[in-house]
Amino acid sequence: MPSGAGSHNPAGIGRSLPERGLLLLMVLVFLEGSVLPLGAASSPDIRHQENVDNHKAADPGHNFTKKAFPVLDLDYKHIQTPFEISLWVLLASLMKLGFHLIPRLSSIVPESCLLITVGLLVGGLIKLAGEQVPPVLDSRLFFLCLLPPIILDAGYFLPIRPFMENLGTILMFAVVGTLWNAFFIGGLLYAVCQIQPANPNPLHAMELLPCLLFGSIISAVDPVAVLAVFEEIHINELLHILVFGESLLNDAVTVVLYHLFEEFAGAGTVTVMDGVLGVISFLVVALGGVLVGAIYGILSAFTSRFTSHTRVIEPLFVFVYSYMAYLSAEMFHLSGIMALIACGAVMRPYVEANISHKSHTTIKYFLKMWSSVSETLIFIFLGVATVDGPHAWNWTFVTVTVILCLVARVIGVVGLTYVINQFRIVKLTTKDQFIIAYGGLRGAIAFSLGFLLDKNHFPMREMFLTAIITVVFFTVFVQGMTIKPLVELLAVKKKQEAKRSINEEIHTQFLDHLLTGIEDICGHYGHHHWKDKLNRFNKKYVKKCLIAGERSKEPQLIAFYHKMEMKQAIELVESGGGVKLPSAVPSTVSMQNIQPKKPPPAKPAERALPQLPKGREEEIRKILRSNLQRTRQRLRSYNRHTLVADPYEDGFGDLLLKKQRMIELEKKIKDMSNYLTVPAAPPDSPTMCRARLASGKHIHLSSPQMQTLDYSTSTIFTRQDKTHPVANSTHRDQTPTLSQHITPAATDISPPPLMEICLHVTAGM
Amino acid sequence: MGSRASTLLREEEIEEIKKETGFSHSQITRLYSRFTSLDKGENGTLSREDFQRIPELAINPLGDRIINAFFPEGEDQVNFRGFMRTLAHFRPIEDNEKNKNASTNEPLNSRTNKLLFAFRLYDLDRDDKISRDELLQVLRMMVGVNISDEQLGSIADRTIQEADTNGDNSISFNEFIKVLEKVDVEQKMSIRFLH
Repeated sequence: MPSGAGSHNPAGIGRSLPERGLLLLMVLVFLEGSVLPLGAASSPDIRHQENVDNHKAADPGHNFTKKAFPVLDLDYKHIQTPFEISLWVLLASLMKLGFHLIPRLSSIVPESCLLITVGLLVGGLIKLAGEQVPPVLDSRLFFLCLLPPIILDAGYFLPIRPFMENLGTILMFAVVGTLWNAFFIGGLLYAVCQIQPANPNPLHAMELLPCLLFGSIISAVDPVAVLAVFEEIHINELLHILVFGESLLNDAVTVVLYHLFEEFAGAGTVTVMDGVLGVISFLVVALGGVLVGAIYGILSAFTSRFTSHTRVIEPLFVFVYSYMAYLSAEMFHLSGIMALIACGAVMRPYVEANISHKSHTTIKYFLKMWSSVSETLIFIFLGVATVDGPHAWNWTFVTVTVILCLVARVIGVVGLTYVINQFRIVKLTTKDQFIIAYGGLRGAIAFSLGFLLDKNHFPMREMFLTAIITVVFFTVFVQGMTIKPLVELLAVKKKQEAKRSINEEIHTQFLDHLLTGIEDICGHYGHHHWKDKLNRFNKKYVKKCLIAGERSKEPQLIAFYHKMEMKQAIELVESGGGVKLPSAVPSTVSMQNIQPKKPPPAKPAERALPQLPKGREEEIRKILRSNLQRTRQRLRSYNRHTLVADPYEDGFGDLLLKKQRMIELEKKIKDMSNYLTVPAAPPDSPTMCRARLASGKHIHLSSPQMQTLDYSTSTIFTRQDKTHPVANSTHRDQTPTLSQHITPAATDISPPPLMEICLHVTAGM
Repeated sequence: MGSRASTLLREEEIEEIKKETGFSHSQITRLYSRFTSLDKGENGTLSREDFQRIPELAINPLGDRIINAFFPEGEDQVNFRGFMRTLAHFRPIEDNEKNKNASTNEPLNSRTNKLLFAFRLYDLDRDDKISRDELLQVLRMMVGVNISDEQLGSIADRTIQEADTNGDNSISFNEFIKVLEKVDVEQKMSIRFLH
């Protein structure tokens, strides 16, 4: 039995103990194995240099000594960098896996804490092994590679409606709150540094501007940490969007303050002119970032309009355009985070209307995967950098910083809420304020910004870094761990998990129109008025440019309904196409459409599932299951350039059209007389073939083919088992219901047997 | 215009409206000047044409229904009190009002009354049920002319199916409330201006 596992697992989980133990052992081995190359990486240059020297020295002698031909050679240098990167990523992912195997641990301690601990361990191991810890949290690596995926993931899936509704509040917290924090912390720190009497203290040498710079670095709430912690506590949407929105939008403030104080820390003074320039700079940074993001977003949406023939690379456009938006913004020292958010938010509605279902899934999962890995790596690196970084511990400075951070946050939130509540309809309660204040976590961005400081300008750099790390640890560990029990204790409203129903969608739109009308009657140009104007503009001009084909005219309600139908259809097929369905059947072809004149009392009974005899049901289920499975197996290989046509997507419009025609067809057939007495045609007869051909394309069937379809109604029951001739009449009314269940998923699947079944069933009455 | 407005609106009337609707004094005067600016005929009441003259209302899909909501049963003119009574539904809910127990007279802007107002906009024939046809009409207004009847029909069916709990194939007021329980009606049906 592996030794490491025993201490973690309580006796109760004895059943899977060996498996878990093995996995933990594997993880530990990996750790050990990876530590050495990672550590060795930092000192290869010396060895390499020696080798080169040796080679040079041996060169003259090289012509004479002929070595044996190396059959197997170890060349680590060749693959060093990619290998290390992969190793770190693998480590991060295995850690993530490992944590979820220990259930109790992951429910008490948030993942971020565990990851930092792992980072500490890895850093410690490397140091123990005597190697130099690699400078992993390099600022360039962080800002250019690790941060963008997380922000893009957040921006692309940002819930726009709550964000916009609370935008005023969010901006207040982000801008005014961060400014308040920065100046409060910086100013008071300077004051504290000055009041050290008698003791010769290195703190005396601190000037005001470095203090303010430090204040601005430490004051910003970190989106990565907030995401990591809030993800696990499932708090209600309002609080989540407030804290998260604040963490995203305060980037502009941080950028401006950081550059401002960094520039002038050397000069020593900041004049009023600089202050004014700072304000202008803030507006430029914020609005410029948003503008850059929006431009790239529109470009991306426009490009996606033309990708209907090359579906494979659709996700790539989303990723590359967004990354370029980030880089372009960073190039001008604008706010890269805001650019990313703007890009993702702007392009999403149009791109989603244009791309295929598969691409949508791809984008979603890639974004989640990258952001997850990034987040994990960031926390691990934070731990490693803590072990490594040069530290200058100063009790006063660090403790005062931590206390001031907390105090500043609380005062800031309370003060701002008082002002904001004058303007809000739904006021923020004390509980809300507490959670907002408590959720102000600092994270890796602060650390990286501190790391960027130049040692020459800022002799106090190490002290700053130590203080920053302490604050980050404090917020992530203490606040991160205790926020979940506090949320439970205070009975804060949790997130409501229910899916959005069509009712809510309809009524919300209804209320929007209603409120716009009332606002117009009052003559008040409020929130709804402008939103309505924007929607109208969007519908009239923008959608036409950016969305391909027919979907540009599709109203939002219809698009929502389609999405819902598609989801249900896919769920239906994935569950084996079983006949037993819950009552919420996608009623695109509902009984009411076909027979509108039926009296109301009969309707509930009709909408219930058909009463097929048990044997028949089993038969149908078997047929469906086997044929649907066969469909999947047929997709064995495909050319990279031409994906197999997805039955669930690209022609959903055609699907609906076909359904409509089928409804008409059914109506026509119903009017025709009963062809009960004609026996079923054998499967290979010309009539069957004709029916098969007809089913593959459109359904403009002329009367002979319609008759064929009627003849072959009974085939579904007679195909497999010829000894059960079906009495058509009893099932006449019930087969259409069967079609409802099958058609959404299976209409466009090519294998003829299934097509046959479906078509015949749909057509048969 | 201003002086005429104040002479036409007596203090007692303002007090009465205040008691009935909960608006403040300044709000009432402000809305009164809006009322008179809409009242082209200058006879102290608004007719349907006065409302229809508002340009944005003409392009609002629910414009006609909203206008109808102002006019009580069968009448063609609405006076200032009726105007205020309807607008009172959209006043934001005060915190102290939230804690009031369910007294016999709920304020006009309580959650239930707001929902009732919205419900009545769907339910034209006032039979306390939103039938499939009524729902279809509203959907048709909101969605435009490009969508086929069948599609709208299936959306309507789906909507009723989701909401209907007692199987009468229409949405009653209680079912309506239940469906919207997750929606923050207090915020969605309030206009800050009217605070």
